[in-house]
Amino acid sequence: MAATAKRTEDLSKFGQTVIEGKNVTKVFGETVTALEGADFNIQEGEFISLVGPSGCGKSTLLRLVAGLIEKTSGDLKVNDESVTKPRTDIGMMFQKAVLLDWRTAIENVLLPSEIKNRITQSDRQKAMASLDLVGLKGFEFHFPKQLSGGMQQRVALARLIQTGADIMLMDEPFGALDEFTRERLNVELMRIVGELKATTLFVTHNIQEAIFLADRVMVMTPRPGRIAEIIDVKFERPRDISIQTSREFNIIVEQVRDTLGGH
Amino acid sequence: MSYSTTDQTKHISIFKTLPFHLMIFAALIFIWEMTNLYGFEDQIQADMIAPRPTHIVLAMLDIFIIDKTVWKHLISTFQKALLGASIGTVIGMGLAISATLSVTFRKYIKPWIILMEATPRIAVGPIFVALLGFGLWAAVALAALVAFFGPFVNTFQGLMEIDEEAEELFRSIGASKFQTFWKLRFASAMELISAGWKLATASAFGGALVAEFIQASEGMGVLISQYVIMITMDYAFAGLLSVTIFGFILFKIMDYFDYRLIFWKNDLLLLKESEKRRKKAGITS
Repeated sequence: MAATAKRTEDLSKFGQTVIEGKNVTKVFGETVTALEGADFNIQEGEFISLVGPSGCGKSTLLRLVAGLIEKTSGDLKVNDESVTKPRTDIGMMFQKAVLLDWRTAIENVLLPSEIKNRITQSDRQKAMASLDLVGLKGFEFHFPKQLSGGMQQRVALARLIQTGADIMLMDEPFGALDEFTRERLNVELMRIVGELKATTLFVTHNIQEAIFLADRVMVMTPRPGRIAEIIDVKFERPRDISIQTSREFNIIVEQVRDTLGGH
Repeated sequence: MSYSTTDQTKHISIFKTLPFHLMIFAALIFIWEMTNLYGFEDQIQADMIAPRPTHIVLAMLDIFIIDKTVWKHLISTFQKALLGASIGTVIGMGLAISATLSVTFRKYIKPWIILMEATPRIAVGPIFVALLGFGLWAAVALAALVAFFGPFVNTFQGLMEIDEEAEELFRSIGASKFQTFWKLRFASAMELISAGWKLATASAFGGALVAEFIQASEGMGVLISQYVIMITMDYAFAGLLSVTIFGFILFKIMDYFDYRLIFWKNDLLLLKESEKRRKKAGITS
């Protein structure tokens, strides 16, 4: 199906494999299989969307890669090292912005630096630059309560950039925002990860969003959680929001729906 | 059970209703005065049951300005209350922090907490006086005992409220358990902890007074009991009024402290704080 999409680039533009999963399985307790036999390869600089209904294991997969939970069986490597705990080259973003209310935007962005070391002048400059990159210049000293939901997620993104991680894991980061804000942030997210050449895993249950952002979409199905299909999305970048109405785009949407519908 | 901070917008409505409050207050005082003058057949009985507000005011003038008796007793009671509140808070918070950090500890102190909750703590007063004498320490001990519960419950509750995503964020940026505890859990619990401090102050004040009523060498509890025994009820009421006024001042100070500490709950303070931090960083808007 993806063959009908406009092919303007191929996977060779990406570097080596950064994240590699072989038969990754996660069972919670004794009986709840959250993820079963997941096989995947993610290349450097690639943008991967994980899409599927609740309980399909997409968040579990993300947390396994993040080293927040441990796999039950299989093989999971990041930069050729088996994942056992959180890594410094991986940063995360969540559905909530999880900002500390008593800290200004820049103090929130500086949190990762503060956790590692004492904050230096260069950390501060970097934080200013991160906030600038996410479009929050002039809001550095605002507190979270003084910012809109969309702006709070921008601060969370700046904090993720501040970690210096080149692998970004995002768990429905714009899921709680209104449609307009979400669309605008999606476009900006593409620009930013493109600029940083970061490898991104993006969890969502919105099919359009998943396809619009991704180089490849991993379609996941529940009971037990599985990767049902991996679909190439070969629209050239930078992408315009208008591609969502194109025939090629909707063919991919149908393909994802077919895969999900079979379950 | 937990207690949140006072509504910080309420002072606006007070200005609107203040004239009405004053009118009601004046009317009540007037009725009281008239009851004393015309409501009794015997003036001695009248002064014992309902001493005239004007006499109470004169008694206030006497104990504060002319005779100055009240000061040493006020200072004594406040000293006991603040010492008791501090000790109770340290113990309460210490136990709460230990209980949140260790499941085993939590299990072992639970029956003791239930037992303490069931005991009317004021009733321990006479035992404390017997054990510690009627100096400072019996009152401090009782104040600490009644004060400990608020900080304990509030700190415990605040620390047990865990935001899963925030914990994951802290783990993902490589925070140690110690860092996560102070920078996330404790800081998030500050709102409830601060409310616990206010509770501790109020209950310690009551605890110190009760201990003084039982037996003590000085303090407002002693002064009020003495006036009652001597049947100088206008002075007893003056003592009560002093306790009310200074208690009110103390609670207002605590309220203000809480309001400034938990600044992120108030839009106006947030605005000011934001500007302050911008200036501190050397950046002009």
